[in-house]
Amino acid sequence: MSGIAEAGTKAASFRLWIGGAAGDGIAAAGQSYIKACARSGLQVYAYNSYESVIRGGHVLFMAEAGTQKPCLQSSSCDILIALNQETIDREGPRAGKGVLFNSDRLRVDSSRLQSGARALGLPCGQLAQNPLMQNSAALGAAAFLAGLDMDVLAELLRETFKKKTTAVIEGNILAARAGHGYAVAHFGDSAVPVSGDGKRRMVLSGNEAMAFGAVAAGCKFFSAYPMTPASSIMHWLAPRAAAYSMVFKQTEDEIAAINMAIGASVAGVRAMTATSGGGFALMTEGLGLSGMIEAPLVVVEVQRGGPSTGLPTRSEQGDLFQILGASQGDYPKIILAPTGVEDAFYTMGEAFNLAERFQLPVVVLSDLILAEHRETVDDLNAALPIDRGVWAQNSGSGQDGFKRYAVTSNGVSPRAAPGQAGFIHVAASDEHDEEGRLISDVHPDPAMRKAMMDKRMRKLDSAAEALRPEVLEGPADADLTLVSWGSSCGAARHVMRCLNEGRKTRVNFLPIRNLHPFRSEEVLAILKRAKRVMAIEENYTAQLCRLIRMETGFDIVRRWLKYDGDPFDPEASVRRAEEALHD
Amino acid sequence: MTSPSPAAVKAEDFRSETKPDWCPSCGNFGVLNAVEKACAALGLANKDVLCVSGIGCSSNLPGFLKAYGLHGIHGRALPLATGAKLANPALTVIAVGGDGDGYGIGMGHFIHAMRRNLNLTYLVMNNEIYGLTTGQASPTTMKGTMTKSTPEGCIENPINPIALALAAGASFVARAFCGDIAHMASLVTQAIEHKGFSLVDCLSPCVTFNKVNTYPWFRQRVYKLEDSGHDASNFSAAMTRAMESPGRFPIGVFYRSSGIRAYEDLDSTLSRGTTPAAAKLSLSGKASEAIKESFR
Ligand SMILES: Cc1ncc(C[n+]2csc(CCOP(=O)(O)OP(=O)(O)O)c2C)c(N)n1
Ligand code: SF4
Ligand SMILES: [Mg+2]
Repeated sequence: MSGIAEAGTKAASFRLWIGGAAGDGIAAAGQSYIKACARSGLQVYAYNSYESVIRGGHVLFMAEAGTQKPCLQSSSCDILIALNQETIDREGPRAGKGVLFNSDRLRVDSSRLQSGARALGLPCGQLAQNPLMQNSAALGAAAFLAGLDMDVLAELLRETFKKKTTAVIEGNILAARAGHGYAVAHFGDSAVPVSGDGKRRMVLSGNEAMAFGAVAAGCKFFSAYPMTPASSIMHWLAPRAAAYSMVFKQTEDEIAAINMAIGASVAGVRAMTATSGGGFALMTEGLGLSGMIEAPLVVVEVQRGGPSTGLPTRSEQGDLFQILGASQGDYPKIILAPTGVEDAFYTMGEAFNLAERFQLPVVVLSDLILAEHRETVDDLNAALPIDRGVWAQNSGSGQDGFKRYAVTSNGVSPRAAPGQAGFIHVAASDEHDEEGRLISDVHPDPAMRKAMMDKRMRKLDSAAEALRPEVLEGPADADLTLVSWGSSCGAARHVMRCLNEGRKTRVNFLPIRNLHPFRSEEVLAILKRAKRVMAIEENYTAQLCRLIRMETGFDIVRRWLKYDGDPFDPEASVRRAEEALHD
Repeated sequence: MTSPSPAAVKAEDFRSETKPDWCPSCGNFGVLNAVEKACAALGLANKDVLCVSGIGCSSNLPGFLKAYGLHGIHGRALPLATGAKLANPALTVIAVGGDGDGYGIGMGHFIHAMRRNLNLTYLVMNNEIYGLTTGQASPTTMKGTMTKSTPEGCIENPINPIALALAAGASFVARAFCGDIAHMASLVTQAIEHKGFSLVDCLSPCVTFNKVNTYPWFRQRVYKLEDSGHDASNFSAAMTRAMESPGRFPIGVFYRSSGIRAYEDLDSTLSRGTTPAAAKLSLSGKASEAIKESFR
């Protein structure tokens, strides 16, 4: 498909990989490159596969840019920019058109490349004033090969290095122009020019979309303890919090993080914390507290490979049952798993509204690939609807007697925050009566206990109805229905796109966004209509399948599972679906 | 926020209709009493006080105070209080709890809250035992003491909360004794008034499960720092006094620093005078456009 361009014609997409050691500036170069693509009207999907060391580990940045948005990272590239010998040896054979490298320092053995791929040596010593600018020279060459406007790249380099000296900025731009010129003169045959639609798009990661979503939703308190791959939410919010009247607090541990967020919520603000699976394990008791005292809370859990410390820099979706079972006792909570970057933004808006409307914890479950890959988004409507739920109105008469936990038909009781006159009460983690007085030990009251349990749990009925419906993507009727969640939706969408090429209706896809409460009837109706069903998820025990069986009785027997830490391979996923179509 | 004038507020105004469920003559009554007196003395409005606790007999205190309350989970009073204070710095936030809650399971938060120096008041009802769970050793149980969990006597050294607080950078460190409520009330008042983190370790006998550290036992060992020429601005003098226990229990203000700035004066959001709880939620069109442009 991509990369095969007749001379003079435009390709549908261009796949660029940049490989080297951690610390080689790959993330920055990659970011400039994809922004240049996004500004040039192309759709982009990029994934940076890195190892959890500051310097030395192998890093591979994989970007695909085209007229249609790619759904996941590609398994091969058109052009590879290799910044070290290891990259040439490891990734060189996967480049279809050629390997760009610094010919002053590195060697490419053409016989080890694919037929048709060329060794594209750049004499970086000549092109860049300074060895540190070799990435820019390579980017300039890549810009030519992708058919990007060199001025757009120059503008981006100026922005990327804006905090550096003029000499550094101009040096990098000169190096890029020199690389571009060199490529024009020598690499014309290897070009795979793509042309965009002229739309200037945003390009952002799932974590950035969530952080932006939280700000747009009016989150005013964010507490967190660093943990890959959730930390970049913190990195985005920390320098910006003050501008949006938000307090950000790095905490001593995740227990403090969730409890601070609950304290802030009790004081009346929209509050959030974010972590990965290990940190979430420490937060579980706090999650139950939020459920018990009916303090709205948003917890972002970005999954990585487990168990234990597991695979800190690799993706997995193994925490679903941890979240479902988190904390003792029955209490209401909502679990949402966004199915893409744009969805991550809007899901945050929804999460804060649901948390406040139903006064309970909402876990937004993401994963490393969703969190860290970047993709283009046409636009985001940041004027998110804000629904703060029901609040006690007017000054109450006395200081005592406010029924903070009044039994109501939908279970939601009007709330009040400290500072409000007339509504003094205690939010108590022990079982309590309508006024918040303890009925746990000294004054047991089984009837009231039952009324309180019923009231809290009843909130889930209305919450389930308030959730966005699950919708089938693709043709209404298909031979195979894929089911997936989180970043694995990318693999499912890719499979559907490939197998339906030429207006075929072989595959459709049901992304599950609402994990709890589960919209069982809706999902079961879709699954019952399906001819064949296959689940795609990144874990060992098919956790989504188990949830679906638990909630609907429907057993999905075809499963495409992965738990080796690597993202789904696009071709292998298509092959697996072909098998399912014929089994 | 307008407060009634001090003279108009009485201690009883802070007494909830809910009667304490503590054993008769439990030390915690004294602390409740002192808190009511201090809030009244400062002329606080009930609605602007938030009392936050963990779990334990002592942690039930918020239920008996006529103020907003947050009865949290074991050991987490300080992070809960921290979040509330950061969200609405106009509130007077008082964290309370037991020695197990604060010096045991919550120890990590305790140290960090002190070095952070947010304007919180923390009252620890230190009875040298786990009361609610019927009498196991606590982090302040003296070496050799027999409890349900230390049948042959406790073999670990007790924590010295005062020395620990001083070392961790707390800017107000005091100890009070439930046998002298007027003195305790004055210390709690000073603690609330202090801008920054304040600790008052309250010697608060558990009459049911601690037959060693009783009222008479403490009464024989306490003396007032202010009567003994102690200079509360002198850090090393405070440390020396702190090391006197368990033989002697100085009560009063060990240390008060005016030089350490409170967290809210340094935090980039709060130092601008922002009150997150009063801030507008939705982004302006201009602000959201600027964010979007940063992604282009
Ligand atoms: C996570 C957790 N662990 C254990 C307990 C049981 N527990 C409740 S109170 C308490 C200790 C209470 O001792 P202290 O904090 O000194 O309070 P006191 O009752 O003495 O006032 C324990 C261990 C609990 N509620 N939660
Ligand atoms: S058990 Fe001890 S601490 Fe608890 S209420 Fe009784 S006397 Fe007080
Ligand atoms: Mg105790």
